Amino acid sequence: MSEADLRAVSTNTNPDGDARPPAPAHDPASVVVRAPQMTPDKPEGFFIVGKATPKVDAYGRVTGAERFADDIALPNMLFGKMVRSTQPHARLTRVDVRRALTLPGVVAAATGADLRVRYGILPSSPDETVMAVERVRYVGDPVACIVAEDEVTAEEACALVEVGYEPLPAIMTIDDALRTDLPQIHPNPRRADNVHKEVHLEFGDVEQGFAAADRVFEDEYFFEGTTHAPIEQHAVVADYGPDGKLTLWCSTQTPHYLHRIAAAVLGLPGSHVRVIAPPVGGGFGGKTEPFAHELAAGFMAMKTGRPVKMTLTREEVFYAHRGRHPVRFKLRTGVKNDGTITAVHLQTWLDGGAYGSYGVATTYYTGALTPVTYKIPAYKFDGCRVFTNKPPCGPKRGHGTTQPRFAIESQLDKIADALGLDAAEYRKRIAVEPSSKTVNGLRITSCGLPQCLDAAAARTNYAAKRGRLPRGKGIGLAASAYLCGAGLPIYWNAMPQSGAMVKIDRGGGVTVFCGASDCGQGSTHMLAAIVAETLGTDVTDVRVCYGDTDLTPVDLGSYSSRVTFMAGNAARQAALTLRAQLANAAAAKLECPPQRLGFGRRRVFCLDDPARSLTFIEAAQLAEAEFGTLAAVGSYTPPALAAGYKGSGVGPSPAYSYSVAVAEVDVDLETGQVQVEKITLAHDVGRCINADSVEGQIEGAVYMGLGEALMEEWPFRAGEHKTPNLLDYKTPTSLDTPPIEAIIIETDDREGPFGAKEAGQGPLNPVIPAIANAVADAIKARIHSTPITPEKVLKALDATSGAPLRLKPSAASRPQPPVPASP
Amino acid sequence: MTVAPPKILLQLRVNGTDMACAAHPNKTLLEVLREDLGLTGTKHGCEMGHCGACTVLLDGRPVLSCLALAVEAQGHEIRTVEGLAHGPHLHPLQQTFAETGAAQCGYCTPGFLMTAAALLETTRTPSEADIRQAIAGNLCRCTGYTKIVEAIALAAERMREQAEHV
Repeated sequence: MSEADLRAVSTNTNPDGDARPPAPAHDPASVVVRAPQMTPDKPEGFFIVGKATPKVDAYGRVTGAERFADDIALPNMLFGKMVRSTQPHARLTRVDVRRALTLPGVVAAATGADLRVRYGILPSSPDETVMAVERVRYVGDPVACIVAEDEVTAEEACALVEVGYEPLPAIMTIDDALRTDLPQIHPNPRRADNVHKEVHLEFGDVEQGFAAADRVFEDEYFFEGTTHAPIEQHAVVADYGPDGKLTLWCSTQTPHYLHRIAAAVLGLPGSHVRVIAPPVGGGFGGKTEPFAHELAAGFMAMKTGRPVKMTLTREEVFYAHRGRHPVRFKLRTGVKNDGTITAVHLQTWLDGGAYGSYGVATTYYTGALTPVTYKIPAYKFDGCRVFTNKPPCGPKRGHGTTQPRFAIESQLDKIADALGLDAAEYRKRIAVEPSSKTVNGLRITSCGLPQCLDAAAARTNYAAKRGRLPRGKGIGLAASAYLCGAGLPIYWNAMPQSGAMVKIDRGGGVTVFCGASDCGQGSTHMLAAIVAETLGTDVTDVRVCYGDTDLTPVDLGSYSSRVTFMAGNAARQAALTLRAQLANAAAAKLECPPQRLGFGRRRVFCLDDPARSLTFIEAAQLAEAEFGTLAAVGSYTPPALAAGYKGSGVGPSPAYSYSVAVAEVDVDLETGQVQVEKITLAHDVGRCINADSVEGQIEGAVYMGLGEALMEEWPFRAGEHKTPNLLDYKTPTSLDTPPIEAIIIETDDREGPFGAKEAGQGPLNPVIPAIANAVADAIKARIHSTPITPEKVLKALDATSGAPLRLKPSAASRPQPPVPASP
Repeated sequence: MTVAPPKILLQLRVNGTDMACAAHPNKTLLEVLREDLGLTGTKHGCEMGHCGACTVLLDGRPVLSCLALAVEAQGHEIRTVEGLAHGPHLHPLQQTFAETGAAQCGYCTPGFLMTAAALLETTRTPSEADIRQAIAGNLCRCTGYTKIVEAIALAAERMREQAEHV
């Protein structure tokens, strides 16, 4: 593959190479509550920021021209398949690939013995190997790898690999994992149970807080595990060149982390590994860490000297997982009679599955952001993650903060009802203040929570409807906050979290190089828009080269909603350096002080006399003549925000976004079926860079939350996943998804690029409790676990009416497990 | 030599062009399009007929190419996302999908486009319910379907306007 081809894979090319006229920007369809525009150099405001324009990479995505990882085929390529464990928990007595190797077309095989290096996305839990060594820990755990001339042969050869298992008791529940008389999934001499991580934190005087409370509310909740189910199955192509360098084209949200871990596991210098993240066909957190098949493909390419492709089947995607942890909660909240919170004690038990993944961070996240939404003067948090013999859990959109939101917002409605308060007004009264600090030491800058509450409540006529709708109809509201990027990288280092490089060509073209990965969230367009706005050119003149560890400066990846804030700031900084050069060169020509120059519509103009202007190309050529090659770099490092206690590294973020959802539901009292009629979501995005993209993120988040609230389940029987396919694992279709109204709130964050914050994850969090609260309003009974299935609705109705149960308990019904004593 | 059965000659008519290739007879239409004809615009999301990402048109009707054998598609008109545009002129659906943001990651998009193209061939004025019903077999995990429905309705409107001007 030529260098030009490599670039074509790693960037977004217009398939025909022709310059289509840019589609006109239109006003966004949603309601936008605008912050004042803060650009004194542009009398008419922004040229690009805030408009609804087609994404610069939209055309490749609507023509089939965009090349995803599995669309890449190299000459002489082999196809790889993993042999996976059929046992949830067993000692491996034998892995014999000899018969498989005799099959015509099979080229090579490998087992755990070939690649024993332990790794993990978090340096604190390196508990994985590419293929199982001595023990398998879930059905689907990779045991061996085969590469062959075609996929069918590799698949058949997998069936010929002889694996000896000596079964161990499978630990499938949180309760069993807490027992001390069962085998340990990961041997740990310091304890006898299967606890992976315990966290105990206390802020303020919790005892005094509860003592001062007029009322104390205590509830138990359970949040079911769910998976990302991106439509693109994970895929990787590995190529090991005669120069001893390995290239991985991989559907990953985190090319930098894969780069580091692939080098370490495969024993190559970092300089000899190149990771390219082509456009990712959906991630939602499911492609944010190195997967066994990716490292195996690299290993087999090195072993055979031929390119190797590995694409997971849909069933394997369910086993790769790293999805939302099932979490059990115990939540205790003390309040004054007017609703003021005096203390909160939150206990969480996370079912982590077989490996660590991001689980240590997830455990902290189930508690860390609790005080970022409402004022809490005293807060105690106990978290506990356990290992079980199930696919490993990790981060899914909202990472660890989604589950407690369901518990907290459900209980808050109970409190409001018990105290006779309007649930929206009450939340507004206890909302955190902008420019404040939480009891656990988190710095809040901009906060649009009150505006979100007002907008969503007003738009839906919430106050007039809640508690007043006919039986079976309900309205529910919930609020939340989310990070704009984790304040600390996942491996300790003092370097920037994001880097960007911008260069200007003599033809007026601008190229942005940035390690960000575009998984559909729109980071490519965001970078183009920020750079185009800064330089005064058009977005269609900007090409973004992204996600290539050889070509692009490091960006840590598309996780923790960090890309707009961090990569956006890095790109803006680089563009500002170039703008200063353009301004200097143009100032001399236009006889106008550089600070009185404006940039926009492909021109550099005098603010006081816009007719005096240069084209962008003229200005660029003058600047190149004066300063030499026009290229600049920018970096973003978040401010030091960690409060200093152990665990204070999880939770800090340079800013927090805020969201409020209002759900309107119609519950069929005969069948228990919940029909969501509409969801309205107001989101404080700081500043909207592209209205279509922000709306799209809100709509997608609402949809994803809807699935988790009503239908998505993570069930196992005899150690096996019961629904590892897209038919049985229910996700909402176009017929299940109600109208969604997005309300964009701008608060102009002082540190965000053009004031922007995140939109990718935050809007999901309030959706699930909003639906739960709406169902509670409709049936006057509360369901304490997700998903809210018809069966649970009928049981809740029966419980309130005192009528006998219409349903007998079945395997599918999952009653609330008893909460064990505090860990 | 591998375990795959011997290749046979397949003659397929794809996007108005007669194409021939040697392929294993047990391959699905999806596999032959992507692997033997190099038409990677058609995507796979499950290869079990659950997600709709692989939808192509067979004689104008949407078909899940992961469930159809390529040999069965011989003698039929196959249309894929690569055949939707006329040269440099995008199909109205492609234009509206780009304009409204109906393609986020874009992976499911070719399947939606083909399903919607079939709908608009037969239904000039689809209601929102018609659109939602037509795409109910296509899963999208990014958009919440909102902008997809909007894009299809907008394309239908533009196609009606174009038809009136002819």
